[in-house]
This record gives sequence, structure tokens and C-alpha cells, in this order.
Amino acid sequence: MSKTDSLQGSIDLIVLKILSRRPGLHGYAIMTAIEEMSGEVLRIEEGSLYPALRRMEEAGWLHAKWITKENGRRARIYELRTEGRKQLASEESRWKQVTTAVNQILKLA
Amino acid sequence: MSLWSRIANVFRQDRLNADLDEEMQSHVEEASDRGRNLSEARKAFGSALHHREESRDATLYAWLDSLRSDTIFGWRQLLKNKAASGAAIVSLALAIGSCTSAFRLIDAVLLRPLPVSDPDQLRLLTYTYQDEKGKPGTGEHYDYPFFRLLRTAVREDAEVIAISGASNIDITYGSDQEMEKAYRQYVSGWIFPSFGLKPALGRLLMPSDDVKPGGHAYAVLSHDYWTRRFGQDPKVVGRSLHIGDTVYEIVGVCEPGFTGTETGTMTDLFVPTMMNARAIDNSGWAWFRTWVRMKPGASEQVALQKMQAAFSAHRRERAKSWSAEIFKQRRGEEYINTPLQMETAAAGVSGMQRGYRRALLILGVIAALVLLIACANVANLMAAQTASRAREMALRVSIGAGRSRLVQLVLVEGALVALFATVLGGLFAWRAAPLVVGMINPPDNPARLALPADWRVLGFSVALACAVTFLFGLAPALRASGVKPMATLRGGEDPHSRRRLIHGLIAAQVAFCFLVHFVAGLFVATFDRLSHQPTGFTSERLLALETVGKNGQPAERWDQVAAHLRQLPGVESVALCSWALMSGNGWTSTVWINGQIADEPEPYFLNVSPGWLDTMRIPLRAGRDFRPEDTYGVAVVNEAFAKRFFGGENPVGKSFQTDVRRKRVPVEIIGVAADARYRNMRDPIRPTVYVPFRASDPKDWGTLMVRSAGGNPLVLAPLLRKEVARARPEFRVTNVNTQVELVARHTIRERLLALLSLFFSSTALVLAAVGLYGVLTYSVLQRRREIGIRMALGAPAGDVVRSVTREIFAMLLIGAATGLVAGVASEQYVESLLFAVRVTDPSMLLVPVITIFGAALLAALPPVIRAVRLDPAQTLRAE
Repeated sequence: MSKTDSLQGSIDLIVLKILSRRPGLHGYAIMTAIEEMSGEVLRIEEGSLYPALRRMEEAGWLHAKWITKENGRRARIYELRTEGRKQLASEESRWKQVTTAVNQILKLA
Repeated sequence: MSLWSRIANVFRQDRLNADLDEEMQSHVEEASDRGRNLSEARKAFGSALHHREESRDATLYAWLDSLRSDTIFGWRQLLKNKAASGAAIVSLALAIGSCTSAFRLIDAVLLRPLPVSDPDQLRLLTYTYQDEKGKPGTGEHYDYPFFRLLRTAVREDAEVIAISGASNIDITYGSDQEMEKAYRQYVSGWIFPSFGLKPALGRLLMPSDDVKPGGHAYAVLSHDYWTRRFGQDPKVVGRSLHIGDTVYEIVGVCEPGFTGTETGTMTDLFVPTMMNARAIDNSGWAWFRTWVRMKPGASEQVALQKMQAAFSAHRRERAKSWSAEIFKQRRGEEYINTPLQMETAAAGVSGMQRGYRRALLILGVIAALVLLIACANVANLMAAQTASRAREMALRVSIGAGRSRLVQLVLVEGALVALFATVLGGLFAWRAAPLVVGMINPPDNPARLALPADWRVLGFSVALACAVTFLFGLAPALRASGVKPMATLRGGEDPHSRRRLIHGLIAAQVAFCFLVHFVAGLFVATFDRLSHQPTGFTSERLLALETVGKNGQPAERWDQVAAHLRQLPGVESVALCSWALMSGNGWTSTVWINGQIADEPEPYFLNVSPGWLDTMRIPLRAGRDFRPEDTYGVAVVNEAFAKRFFGGENPVGKSFQTDVRRKRVPVEIIGVAADARYRNMRDPIRPTVYVPFRASDPKDWGTLMVRSAGGNPLVLAPLLRKEVARARPEFRVTNVNTQVELVARHTIRERLLALLSLFFSSTALVLAAVGLYGVLTYSVLQRRREIGIRMALGAPAGDVVRSVTREIFAMLLIGAATGLVAGVASEQYVESLLFAVRVTDPSMLLVPVITIFGAALLAALPPVIRAVRLDPAQTLRAE
């Protein structure tokens, strides 16, 4: 999938970015990380997060594995693959372009 | 997505679901650890998790439910394309019907076990020998003195049972006038207990019924005969019946189902072997097969060794009476040491099985090829339909349908097609199989086979339907499962990928079609050449009246009967002989030329009356015909005899010696007749010696050859029957055949093969042509925008035609080449059924090529014309 729409694009971008900084997070941790880091402005629904994770995994951007935590509970944690890093770079630059362009319009209008 | 991952996706679904479930579970637990409300956390996932948990136990129910809705949906889809679905169902039905018919035949002739207890434990004692031409043959007939030795030798290890072939004999229940025909088998008295058979009425034969030669005139009827002949009259027990001069008492009726061991013939009467009294002490008369049932715990190997010892000892004893010369000529050492073996024979054993095994299997393979062609058609149709439904599939995926569900949807639709086709095909097979059985033997003596539509046939049909569904449904189903919703909904999928599959199928169809045509061509040519083999005599207007003279009648009386018939209106000439040429009977004997024993094969002999050569229209090449006073010591030989033993010189006046009752007697050659076929159509004509009819006197049976003055000779048959008995009351006609029919019998198998393979090849051709037409039409339809653009840009019609047909033409070539290779490779399997035809014959290869390419051209014409006539403006506007 070469192109994705903007909403999905931003979920991908955010998830990829967080995982690039803090590899090995599980789904719930990713969700809370987004909330914390955005100052509780952004919140991602479970119904969007998991399909997005699954999609990125199938696309080969993410690698998932099951681990057992200290409390004995199993969790599925995610890491970036090389493909994912490339994708993150391109998504980031696209995001910057778009925001710059939008800011410019806001300024000029 | 690769094919593999597509297949894997279907099966991986479960694991993915389990992964997802567990991940959700761990998420919810994590959330509740951090102080979130458990039910709220759960709710965040929407209904998915909830539903999954609720319905885990109800998976089966859900599946059945989805199956139901898919069936309804599939039914609607079929109704939507009535013409296409109808064509698919009918062509598939034809192919399934052919396959089921072929199976019913193969099952009935070769596979179906005899209705006895433990048929798998039954063995048949056989030996392998080399015939005169050095070809290996299977021997399975034995003489009774050997059987006695055998029985004693293996008394501890096995029970041996003698069962003769089923012969069609004359019987009467009252006076001589009411002659009937029935099939009789001589059987050992212990056959019924050993086979685990019970009486339906009265009693069956017992071991004590088979002790004294000629002493046990008891007959047991088969249930089938009892029903047909007596309407299950219980008073039949105790009735008497006459076979020849013996009066038998009917003692009972066997349980239903068992009609003897001769598959293809249903035995009506079972009588003890001892009633073939003249054969009991004759070691030169091999007339029954030997069946073996091992005793519990006994070793087959040990038993076989004992049998071998008895066999070799018996043969050594017999060979003692041979002179050293004959011992050498008959390869005595080989004869004595011929190895015995035990074969499984659960399905019974008959000449029909041996004669038709290969032919039936080849017909089965051809029917299967036709089925594959039909499957390819339906697969193409479904691929085209799923292609046009790609958007629907994409939509299903995007609203959450699992890929396995899509596969199920397509397969269910395929199964519906297969179901209707199987039902229709079953009806077809129900009618077709008996029709084919009727073609196996001559019309006056049809093969009779049990052809029940039981669980074996049902099971085969169901398995076939499943296999077929899988065959033609799998590719479209995988394609559906591999649908990429985004790309498809946007409408930009690669259109070529789909055509590749379709084109591959076209190539396969052409290859199968070619193979079927090629083999059919071989069979048709074989039949044509065989039936046009010159026989050396004129069969038209000739009747053969098999006649018996009570207790052996002197030759003068036979002459009187012939003379009486000669005076009847409509009769041109009448002559006597032992049996008609090509009637299947034969008599060979050793000859000595200039005191030297002649090599095998030994010449044929036949007793004929004066005027026989004339009646048969066999020209006399030299010397003279027999005169009424000729008896022992003179002979007319054929040209093959003159050529082989006298180097082509005129042998008239010369003499040779032959064996008459173990004595060498001289025979003078008085004439040379042109070659005529004696026993078969395939082999070169053998040296033949005609000796006077009077030379064997008295005679209790013979054949009257009657040439009618014109018209169908069979019209004369009733009159001749009556007149024979009127001429002399001791004589009776038992069987009437036209000579044409006798000759035609030798090409029955070839005719059957030619007819059925022609039927299959025309079906294959029509199916393949329809398939090609459909695919081309579809591809023109699919590419109409491209064609429109090309034409709008000024492409000439020729270019358009080429672009549409190029790939198809390439597929035709690939298919034809593959079929050709397969055809040539098939030689070894069909060779034994062919006559005077070589697989590498250019004409054999050319005919299928021309037919198939011709049919392809016809099929391609309408869609190609449609492509050329496309109106670019309209096409482009429509998009």
C-alpha cells in the first residue's frame, strides 16, 4: 500500500515514532504513551490501534512477539523493522510538508 | 500476494484470531491493573471481543448458519446467469455421467466382489505359459484327474473347488419340442458351504452329491433364474429337467445375488462336476477353473508348494506317452515345470474380464479426461464470474468477512453446480451403463452384469462431485480469498493475472482434447481395418445351423437332412461342416511332412462335406473338391498350407501324415483352396486342412451351412428349424447364426471402443470449443475499452484480431504439442488393443490436429467478429 489516507497516516506516524523511541511496548503501553505525551489531547481508541498494529505488522513495518512479564502475564510487544524505519522517515517528512503547507495557508489567508 | 500466502491465509485465520483474542485479553487486564473499570475497558473494543467470547461454543452453529446463507446466495447467483450456469451444469453432467457409467462398468466387470462370504480370501489357481508365438498367456483350466491329485495333496491346508465355465446349453422341462437355453456351471459339491451360501428354497448341493461319475443328477437354480423362469414358484423343487439324455432333479434354489463366478454371464443352473462324466477320467480335457480357500492358519506358500508338486507330477505322467519328437516339439521340460500361482479373484473370473480389462480402463481414463475438460470449462466460467464480482468480494473483505468465508462462498457455489450436474449425470449413467453392457456381446447372447445403483455407485458419485467441486472451485476461490479491497474497489487491479489462469486452463483443455481424439482415432482406425480384413469367404446370405443328431447319427443321415433343405424354396445351396468358420471353435493337430514333424503352430483341421467350399464361396486353386464317397485319407489344404509345407509348389497328389487316435496315418492332398479365416481376424491365416465330413462317423453334432437365394437369410430360420426335424426326427437345430454375425463378433470389442471413444471425443470437442468461445468472448468483453482505443487511434482490424487471438493461439499450440507427446507416450497402454495402426502414423496425428484447430477456428469466429465490429465511440462513452 503506497498511499494511505491522512487519518490513518497520522496513526501510523505516531505509533511508528513512539516505537522508534521506546521499542518493545505492548498495545496498552502504546495507548497510554500517546495520551501522556500529547498532554492528554490525543487519544487513540482500541478499535483503531489494534487493526493499525496488525496492518503495519502485515506490511512488514513492525515485528511482534509474545513475552512473559515479571508478573507472569503474557503480552505482545512491538518493535520497528528496517522497513518501518524507512516508512517513519518518509511519513515524517510528508507530515512536515503538509503541516508547513497548512501553516503557510493559515498565515496568508 | 503469492499463491502460497493466499493458501496460508485461509488456514492461518484461526491462529490469527487466537493471537488477537489473547492480545485483547492482556490489554483488558493491563487496563484494569491501572485502575480502569473492567467492563469499560472491555467495551472499548466494541462488540468484537464480546461477540467472540459469547460465540466460542457456537462456532459450529455459526458455520452452519453461514453455509446456509452461502447456499441461498449461491443459488441466487446461479439463477442470475441462467444460460451460463445451465451450460456449465449440462456439460458437467455429461462428463460426470460418462465417468459414473464408466465406473459402474469397471466396478461391475472388474471390482465388485462376489456375493459370498470373505470373497477376499478366495484364490484362483493359474499358471503362466508361452503360446506358439512366444507371447505369455495365463492358463487357468485343469483336467479332473489332476484335480483329484491336487485335492489330496492340500487336504490339510486348503479346500479346492472346481468350477467350470458357464455354458449356454439346451434344456427341456417337458417334451423335446420345448427347447430352452440356460447357462450351466459344473461345480464341486462343496462349493455352497465353502462360499457360505444358503438355500432360498429346498437344499443346495453337498459334498456327497459329487462322488460318483454320472451318479448325481441334481440341479440347483440361481435365484435370478428361478424368478425369471418360474416367477418364484415354490413347487419348482422336485421338478425334472432334461439336459441331453440326462434327467436332472431340481433340488433347490440358491440365495439371491449369487449367479456364478463367471462375471459377465449369469449362471442359471449349478450341477455337480461328476455329471460331466466323460471328462472325469480324461487328463486331456481341461474344462474347469480351480478355486482355493485356505484353511485357517495354513500357509499359502506351503500349500502352493504342494500344489506345484502335484501339478508337475501329473504333467510328467502325461508327457510319458509322448514320443521324444513330440516332447521336443511341445517343449516338454517347460510343460512339466510350468509354475503355478495363486491369484486373488474376489470379483470372479471370466474371459470377458480378461478381454475387456484394458479396454474398460482406457475408456475410464478417457471419460476422466472429458471430465477434466468440463471442469476446466466450469473453472473458467467461475473465474470469469468471480472476476466480475471482484468488487463484491472486496466489499465483503472490507466490511469484515474472513478470507476463509470467501473461499467457502465460492466453493458452495461450485458445490451447487456439481450437485445438479451429479444428479443429472446420475440419470445419464443410469440409462447409459446398461446400454454399453448390451454392446459388449453379440445381440443374441448379451452380457449380463449386475449393475445395482448401490452405495458403491453412490459413494463414487459423491466423491466425484466433491473432487470436481474442488477442482474447478479452488482456483476461483483462492483468487477471491486473495482479493485486495483497496485496489479492487478503486478498480485498478492487474487484468492480466486473471487471464493467465484462464489461458493455462485452455491449454490443458486442448491437450486433453487432443489426447482423447488421438486415442479415439486409433480405435476407429483399428475397427475400420479389422472389420475390412478379407475373410476369404462370402458371409452374406449365409446361415449356420448348429444341429444335434441324437446319440450320434451316421453320415448318410446328415446328408439326407442337407439334401432335404436343398429342395426348399429360397435356399441356394447347403453344405455340412463340424462348425462354421469364425464361430470360435477350432481343432488343431500335429502333421508330419516327409516324415518330419512340423513346427508349431499346428495347422487347423475342419470336417467339411462336398460342396462346402462352393457354398462358402472359397475358390478352389488346384485339384478337386471332395466327392460324396471320399472319407479317411484325403484332404483339401489351403494356400497357406501349400506355401509353408511345400514351398508354394502344387501339392496335389502329395501326402502328409497326421495324428489320428495316437497313430500316424497318411493323408493325400486332392485339392488346394484359397485362404480363409478360421478363428480370428488379427493373426495371419494359418495353414488349414479340410477333411471329409464323413471322416468322423457317426456324428452327434454338426453345422448346416445354408446360403439363401436372396434377402435376409434369418427370414428362413424358422422354416429351416422345422424342416430339419421333419427331414429326420433325430435331428434338431439348437442355434442359428448368420455368418455375418459370426464374423462381426470378432470385432465387437473394437466396435465398442471405436463407438464410445468417438462419443467421448465429440463430447470433448464440443466442450473444449464451448470453453474457448466463452473465454474469447469474456476477454473481448473485458478488453473492449482497450480495443476501442486502439481502433479509435486507427489500428487496422487485422491488428485487433491478432491482439485478441494471439495468446489463445499460443495456448492452442502448447496444448496440441502436449497432447501429441502424451498421445505418443500412451502407445504402450493401448497397443495391445490396436490392429494395423501405428501411433506414429502421420495420418493418426493429422486428423486430431485438423479437427481441433477447425473447431477452435469456429469457436473463435463469433467473438473475433464482435471485437472487429466494436464501435469505438460507443465503447469509450460507455466507460
